[in-house]
Amino acid sequence: MGSFPFSAIVGQNEMKQALLIAAVDARIGGVMIFGDRGTGKSTAARALAATLPLISVVEGCRFNSAPEAIADSPDYVPGAKVKAVKARVPFVDLPLGSTEDRVLGTLDLERALAHGEKQFEPGLLAKAHRGFLYIDEINLLEDHVVDLLLDVAASGENLVERDGLSIRHPARFVLVGSGNPEEGELRPQLLDRFGLSVEVRTPEDIADRVEIMRRCDANEQDGASFAAAWADEDGKVLKRIAKAKAALPKVETPESILEDMATLCKAVGADGLRGELTLMRGSRALAALDGKKTVTRKHLKEIAPLALRHRLRRNVLDETGSTTRIERALEELFG
Amino acid sequence: MSEAAALDAVVSDAELALHLFARNPSLFGGIVLRGDGPVRDGMVAFAKDAIAKFGPVAKIPSNVDTERLLGGLDLTATLASGQSVLRAGLLDSAAGGVVIVPMAERVQANVAAHIAQAMDGGDVAAILLDDSQEPDEAPPAVLNERMAFYCDVSALRSFAGVKASKPIALADVQPLDEEQLYAIAATSAALGIGSVRALLFTNSAARAHAALHGRTQAIDEDIAAAVRLVLSPRATQMPQMEPPPPEPEDEQPEDDEADNNDEDRQIEDIDLEDILLDAAAAAIPKHILDQIDGATKRGGKGQGSKSGQKQKSAMRGRPLGSRPGVPSNGKRLSLIDSLRAAAPWQNIRRQLARADDMRIIHIRKSDLRVRHYEQRTESLTIFAVDASGSSALSRLAEAKGAVEMMLAQAYVKRSQVALIAFRQSGAEILLPPTRSLTRARRALAALPGGGGTPLAAGLMAAQQLAEAAQRAGQTPTIAILTDGKGNVAIDGSANRAVAMEEATQAARGVAALGLNCIVIDISPRPREEAAELAAALNGRYLPLPQAQSAAMVAAIESLHTQ
Repeated sequence: MGSFPFSAIVGQNEMKQALLIAAVDARIGGVMIFGDRGTGKSTAARALAATLPLISVVEGCRFNSAPEAIADSPDYVPGAKVKAVKARVPFVDLPLGSTEDRVLGTLDLERALAHGEKQFEPGLLAKAHRGFLYIDEINLLEDHVVDLLLDVAASGENLVERDGLSIRHPARFVLVGSGNPEEGELRPQLLDRFGLSVEVRTPEDIADRVEIMRRCDANEQDGASFAAAWADEDGKVLKRIAKAKAALPKVETPESILEDMATLCKAVGADGLRGELTLMRGSRALAALDGKKTVTRKHLKEIAPLALRHRLRRNVLDETGSTTRIERALEELFG
Repeated sequence: MSEAAALDAVVSDAELALHLFARNPSLFGGIVLRGDGPVRDGMVAFAKDAIAKFGPVAKIPSNVDTERLLGGLDLTATLASGQSVLRAGLLDSAAGGVVIVPMAERVQANVAAHIAQAMDGGDVAAILLDDSQEPDEAPPAVLNERMAFYCDVSALRSFAGVKASKPIALADVQPLDEEQLYAIAATSAALGIGSVRALLFTNSAARAHAALHGRTQAIDEDIAAAVRLVLSPRATQMPQMEPPPPEPEDEQPEDDEADNNDEDRQIEDIDLEDILLDAAAAAIPKHILDQIDGATKRGGKGQGSKSGQKQKSAMRGRPLGSRPGVPSNGKRLSLIDSLRAAAPWQNIRRQLARADDMRIIHIRKSDLRVRHYEQRTESLTIFAVDASGSSALSRLAEAKGAVEMMLAQAYVKRSQVALIAFRQSGAEILLPPTRSLTRARRALAALPGGGGTPLAAGLMAAQQLAEAAQRAGQTPTIAILTDGKGNVAIDGSANRAVAMEEATQAARGVAALGLNCIVIDISPRPREEAAELAAALNGRYLPLPQAQSAAMVAAIESLHTQ
């Protein structure tokens, strides 16, 4: 199945926006998508990865190293010739039930047994370096694997100290998790590690549903011409990301907005500093995507539900949804 | 419709689905055939033959291990030859074809995830053979979702394997027109189907049905068939039915809403949609409607409970050292220990080896050591709540509060909670083991009170849940909130003496499991009945004249740490 053009995805604006923000500023720390099966979660993430411009990697490097950063790769032999090739932004789909070995990498059994050599066989983390790591049903993934993933996602480096191996390699990726809260929830400390979260619902508008069928049908009939028809739109998205990336360091955040952010976090009771940091980074990225030089309240209001809704302390006896609580606070504080 | 005619309809639908699938496996993802028997064997044989003409067919046993599924190093062959011998995985060898999964309801979550991933890559379709007996058993939701067709073939008596007259290629069928697309979209919304995949499958099925009958443009009959085959089995609500109260968040795009959105178009569509809804309603199996009150069927049990199951301790957890054994089924080779085991024999083996054997290290299969791990099992607290009239309704509210508080703690500790209510004539599992706050809150809110006290039924329900949890490797704890005064027998008759007798027996049955039990007496003044029940259960007795949630939680917590 070829990838679906990112701009051809019907609706789901919040999810698309969160992914764009993550593409502009990877430090935002991953996107958690809540929603039912079959609502296009993985399609959107996959599509964005395929839309992004090709990256330059060292030929033969199993760690997706950039030519200028080859010295960080365990495969690097000093003095060896480095040949750069273009490659797609990696998109790795981590299946449920993946073992630690497959995720982190492990001793290369084949070489160890047949040749008596100790060599590292990279895992999915190495494959996802500089790309996207998508985990469907992250709420069903084993805790210890999730802990490992989050640790690596936060540090940008995979450190393997086992099987008599001692290896480190860079692993920077946008973590995209998805799950259905009906089937078991994530621990709060884990949720907090995600930068943004979005809630995906099935398109309820009949016209939207029809449009989805029509576009998927067209894609299935003739993927090439469908992709060509959407190439312009995808190109625009690409340009927007590139511009925003370039403009990001220059986006200013006025003192008053920073104060607003702190006030908001306090008002909704979002624990920890991560909420405020994500609010700041997210609204900056949003301003950059909008082509603005300064962060305004509009950006703050737009990003607040995405940045905070998964950080609110749950009150078991309170039925009010997190999103509603944030919207209410926004309304009260900033009108 | 007469019974015979109804059966004919089932036969033709199952056959139809199989024909559509076998002609375009990758388009439809797969087909679920539920119900064992010779008819199904015939259907599978037919599909195998049809598919074998253009692609491989591989069978995946439900106990397959990841290595075999994905391929990798063939350890025994590698050791024997001294060269690395690779073996292709089952999924690779089925690329472009179909995998057949027998006993699909028993497939482990990780195997299901790998198959689903291969299907998303578009190179594999699946035939799931579902042998479930219980209505709440089903193949993993992650697979079910990706199958276009579900067929219950248990009622079928024959499978002819006949084909339609003059099929044409699918590519020659025109895309559906506007009106038809709207009809499909509106029907899926009316049936409460959220998944976009279902829409796409319906669209494809309509065109494939047209192709099967040699039509270049789909007609109403094709759409109706597609709706019957794809949408009906996925329905979570009857069309035009009141939304079921426990599922307020379920997507139920109101029909009115659709009307408002495109009022003018609705008028001309109304006929086709009505036909489709009728077609769907006729094909919705009865038991699906039974389940509407509970969780959405396929989403519900499948994954949720599977996730609670723990893998064998050979796979993960705290390391416990190594034992002789061959790595497979997720057991990991402990290389250092294997080499250590082989080391003393190296000189002898080298002398015995052939002259051309240039291996540096001589390892035999008997040297291999695999790792062992210890894993803390997950805990499950089963609340059996007496919701009878005698435990007055105010205390029911307190019991509800206690369960919610336990759940909030379980949420942090990753343990599970289940809820059973017994009242009037029997016991009911309100909440199968879950960690989900959302579902728990809903189940609790919907718990009514009043009626007699079928204590024995409640105990037996708790026992069944506890046994299932033990089989899944969990550690269950049972908390019974009652006044201990059973007055309804298992058969539902109001006979206090029989009821108490049965309750004592049921309690002994629970005690035989050797679990931690606690009886929380929620009668206004502590009576001896509840204490006797606790004694029969071999558990703790906690008189709680005014059940206070926090105290109750503390008491149950102390059980877990024992």
